[in-house]
Amino acid sequence: MSEERTIRVEALTRVEGEGALHIRLHNGNIEDVRLSIYEPPRLFEALLRGRALEDVPDITARICGICPVAYQMSSVHALEAALGVQVMGDLRALRRLLYCGEWIESHALHVHMLHVPDFLGYESALALAKDHPDEVNRGLRLKKHGNQLLDVLGGRAVHPINVAVGGFYRLPRKEELTRLIPDFEWGLQAAIDAARWVAGFDFPRFDEAYDFVAVSHPDEYAMCEGPIRTSDGMVIDADQFEKHFREQQVPHSTALQAVRVDTGQTYLLGPLSRMNLNREQLLPAARRLADDLNLEHPCRNIFKSIIARSIEIVQAYEEALTILRDYRPAGVPRIKYEYRQGEGAAATEAPRGLLYHRYGVDAQGLVTEANIVPPTSQNQSQIESDLRNYLPALLNRSDDEVAGACERLVRSYDPCISCATHFLKVSMDRGS
Amino acid sequence: MSHKPRLAVFKFASCDGCQLSLVALEDELLALAERIDVAYFLEASSRVEPGPYDVALVEGSITTPEDAQRIRQIRRDSRFLVTIGACATAGGIQALRNWADSAEFLRAVYASPEYIHSLATSTPISSHVPVDFELRGCPINKQQLLEVLVSLLGGRRPRTPVHSVCLQCKRRGTVCVTVAQGIPCLGPVTHDGCGAICPSYNRGCYGCYGPCEQPNLESLSDQCQVIGVSRETLVRSLRNSFNGYAPEFRAESDRLAGEEQ
Repeated sequence: MSEERTIRVEALTRVEGEGALHIRLHNGNIEDVRLSIYEPPRLFEALLRGRALEDVPDITARICGICPVAYQMSSVHALEAALGVQVMGDLRALRRLLYCGEWIESHALHVHMLHVPDFLGYESALALAKDHPDEVNRGLRLKKHGNQLLDVLGGRAVHPINVAVGGFYRLPRKEELTRLIPDFEWGLQAAIDAARWVAGFDFPRFDEAYDFVAVSHPDEYAMCEGPIRTSDGMVIDADQFEKHFREQQVPHSTALQAVRVDTGQTYLLGPLSRMNLNREQLLPAARRLADDLNLEHPCRNIFKSIIARSIEIVQAYEEALTILRDYRPAGVPRIKYEYRQGEGAAATEAPRGLLYHRYGVDAQGLVTEANIVPPTSQNQSQIESDLRNYLPALLNRSDDEVAGACERLVRSYDPCISCATHFLKVSMDRGS
Repeated sequence: MSHKPRLAVFKFASCDGCQLSLVALEDELLALAERIDVAYFLEASSRVEPGPYDVALVEGSITTPEDAQRIRQIRRDSRFLVTIGACATAGGIQALRNWADSAEFLRAVYASPEYIHSLATSTPISSHVPVDFELRGCPINKQQLLEVLVSLLGGRRPRTPVHSVCLQCKRRGTVCVTVAQGIPCLGPVTHDGCGAICPSYNRGCYGCYGPCEQPNLESLSDQCQVIGVSRETLVRSLRNSFNGYAPEFRAESDRLAGEEQ
């Protein structure tokens, strides 16, 4: 007698963008695990061709309303590589400051609005707020600080307008930044308290032999630049990315799977990878906190991503405070460049993991080619692999419980489906 | 106890940024949730209630046959339908495909384009169903979103400005970037709502709130050409405006592109 069992989550909730989860079992064996994407494609790589390179950071920001700065940062660094210029000194520090704003805003949104309800058994942060108003309000205040920093330095929180190839359109005035310092001093302590709260939750047992991949930098917790490192010791420059990581078609799925070229294996991006590869580069308060919380090194439990994310909020506050205090406006807002035909690539750390961009440009300053590989489309095959390994321990539970547990695992990745989708090669499936 | 209005938030082809504006009302969110029943908002809550809804906020443009069907059902389920953002009101940046060979666009991005069921165009919600109120912007302004929600709670129509960004610069006291520095700017023809951010950051407005009421685009084109902006650049700027497919911007970019040929 054979028994078929199908478990579906038709619409994943508390994730960015729209996706579904399909699990098919046959006689208790896992036959198929599929994270389906039914977001409509927007075809950015095609529409970027023929645009002026100055317009690229404004356009790529629109790929994602949650992490527009990540798209802008990978774009401008790749274009600057194509133009043969490098942004250094104060302008480089301001770009890190902007990225700190996005990490705080995006991480606080995910941790406090989307993810914490899973651990405390609520349907949403709105429901959670009825019983835990102080904690929810603290999370909202952290998120607001991130947005305030983006407002001042970027012009606005969603789709900032101040990022330019070569630097910025206008440098912030000293008082615009110093005004933020008292809030950020409060926020640093509040973020530490929040991380301690989160670290006290109950975590499902899970231990996976991940291949961690992240941008790494010897002198700082990497955000904008540095070689790409893997946990098995590979170190490559960003412009070698496509030689070492590829998307391959597999017979049982219409989705292309991101794998390492040399091992043929999936890999993990995001806060857990960064924490495991770059823990030595954390600033003192964040590093002390990671040790105090006894976060394993390396940590191989994806459900503990929320702890890594919470420590990264502390890191972003600490870094932002240093830059805010040291800032002295001087020099030009952006460096000059000449158009030339060329190609450039860059990888930066979006809140949810490594974001790779490559552009070709011509001698008139127009884009001839664009390739964008977002973190969630790379993590997709790792998510499916995790689910296959997590499912056996769940099979004696009801369908609803299995679906709920799997959805929690997916949510631990902070998947950004709206940005992933435009590059995922999947058939559209509304699960009907 | 009176009935709490039921709110639903729906997403089509978009970046999530406009619906995120609701969660970005950090100071007002919890108070709003006391007065509004958030019945359907996948991004924020695992509680999923069926319609009918009193207010539907719709983000994103229509780009697939399935979505063209889905928006009709949402219209039937919703008493007051508000489009939020440039994708939903004008087709968004993805409407650049409307001037291109969309099959070629698909081939450029996907190895197996036959798996992708996509329409040749990206169109606004109003091309498919009647819309009760349009909130402009890429992204929308969260204070304007708050005005929409509060006015609907109070039983009145939302009040949002219809004047141009140009007027807002004068109110702010921002020195004109075109007059003073010769930087091309879409401010004279663009709907305010952002608060005239770009000129205050030393760059021209790029049109992300779409056309204002009765924009004089031909005059702007003439002026831009006086300061040395090529027709080709103007066409690109209007179409890159995230509202390029809005009727007024579309007509002008098509006129200029026609003259070029």
